[in-house]
Amino acid sequence: MLKLNHKHFFLLPGLIVLVAIIIFPLLFTLRVSFSSWDVVKPGLDWIGGKNYVRLFEDMRFWEALSRLSLMAVGSVLIQYIIGFGLALLVWRDIILKRFVRVLFLVPMMTTPVIMSVIWRTILHESLGPANDIVQVLGFEPLNWLSTGGMAVLSVILVEVWQWTPFMFLLLLAGLLSLPDEPYMAAAIDGAGAFRTFFSVTFPLMAPISVGALLIRLIEASKLMETVYVLTSGGPGTATETSSYYIYIRGLRDYQIGYAASLSLTYLVIMIISLTIIAKVLTYKMARD
Amino acid sequence: MKTIYLALKYLAILLWTSFVALPFLWALTTSFKTANGVTGGATYIPWLQYKPSLEGWKVLVRTGGQGIDIVGPYISSAIVTLSASFLSLALGTLAAYGLSRFSYRLGFLKNSDITFFFISQRIMPPIVLAIPFFLMLQFLGLLDTIPGLILVYIALLLPIATWVMVDFFNNIPRQVDEMAMIDGCNPIGAFVRVILPNSLPGIAVAGLFCIIFGWNDFFFAFTLTFTKTQLLPVAVVALNSSVTPWWSLSASALVSVAPLVIIAFFVERFLSSGKMAGAIR
Repeated sequence: MLKLNHKHFFLLPGLIVLVAIIIFPLLFTLRVSFSSWDVVKPGLDWIGGKNYVRLFEDMRFWEALSRLSLMAVGSVLIQYIIGFGLALLVWRDIILKRFVRVLFLVPMMTTPVIMSVIWRTILHESLGPANDIVQVLGFEPLNWLSTGGMAVLSVILVEVWQWTPFMFLLLLAGLLSLPDEPYMAAAIDGAGAFRTFFSVTFPLMAPISVGALLIRLIEASKLMETVYVLTSGGPGTATETSSYYIYIRGLRDYQIGYAASLSLTYLVIMIISLTIIAKVLTYKMARD
Repeated sequence: MKTIYLALKYLAILLWTSFVALPFLWALTTSFKTANGVTGGATYIPWLQYKPSLEGWKVLVRTGGQGIDIVGPYISSAIVTLSASFLSLALGTLAAYGLSRFSYRLGFLKNSDITFFFISQRIMPPIVLAIPFFLMLQFLGLLDTIPGLILVYIALLLPIATWVMVDFFNNIPRQVDEMAMIDGCNPIGAFVRVILPNSLPGIAVAGLFCIIFGWNDFFFAFTLTFTKTQLLPVAVVALNSSVTPWWSLSASALVSVAPLVIIAFFVERFLSSGKMAGAIR
């Protein structure tokens, strides 16, 4: 029997609340995934692994998963490169430093769905400023949201706008915590800006970079709200991500049982792949 | 060489600044338009390119069945975000202090596993939880209510609060606690009288993150409320249809994101003072 003392006073309230809120839904989802719960016949019957067999043959689910991987990894890498660049730009003294730093942080504070609504008006093909700018620059207007490839790029564009600031925040916090000594040594050795970056800054920032990339990948793996507002998964299924597909099956078509099996499969795949990515990145870092 | 480098640097800053500012400036100018200002193609400068009007803004405060009710959702959003953030902070700070200072064993689970359990909740896609949350709240009679949403938001925010605070407490030397206990405090007293007052920067950062993620959540507010309770993001996105006038859409969007933009100033302050580094690593 657990003997309660002062140390449990600290941990238990939070732990119990979290377990209560999370564990029930997970166990319930597991049970529902073995039922045929749908709009015609709601309720918990037992159909064995039929949902999981169906899921294996459901190409739309696997396509959504590969599309999600592409969009998540692509947008996070772009965010990392731009975020690192921006952090380096405002790391040392520049004019209006505080103002620029605040401005670079602002997008991550704003509600993603609300800003996506604004982006949808910007990307409107005849009335929005995006095509206006494109035409002023002397190009043909683009089909921002109505062709598959462009729609994927538009979602990535909005994700980059929204979340590069988060990358910037983590990386700038890291840069500001770096020690001075290695830089003095590099200056004494007469290393130029590029040498200093690649042999001092980048290696010192490796643990922070890995952390920032992982945090953003975890968040990006849930990608759905931007898609919901900007394209509703379209045109066709061109921007449909896993979460959005499960949303359609579960809360639009009301195939609760099938959606539950999709949810759990998606969750397990995400945990496995993010763990592998984390191990690979930390292993690489330790070796370098 | 030096001049070219500087010029490129400020050009890059200027380019990104324009990109960041674009949606806000566009929404601002659109919010003063009327149908004529929108349907003729993209225009930017009031008076010169279109005749400005306050129609989009007036709709937000209009009452008596007319216009968009943005005030109700605003208050609901504030109540849900602040209550869930406060409860998550309280529970998260306690748990984080425990995990940082004492060793626990729950069966085969040790401290690092429990910490991971807290943080790993961020991996959970909202869609996985949405349907069971729906049924759970229905069972509890909390569907479409503010307490129901607060409960759900704690699941979102508690991991964030715990994660920030564990790192923060790990950076406070144990000697601080020991000194307090030598001075006659019991562990709980040491925490309340000595550790807590010294943890305000960490608590502030954790609180800011809770508020950001709480205020900005859309999916749970969207799936777990219908008519009685409506949160701000849901109210604004509901305007996102082909018949919605862009001007009132823009005005309500700007009003909704405004309070959080102020938070950017606080975050920058912590960042520049170097306090953020310890709190987010």
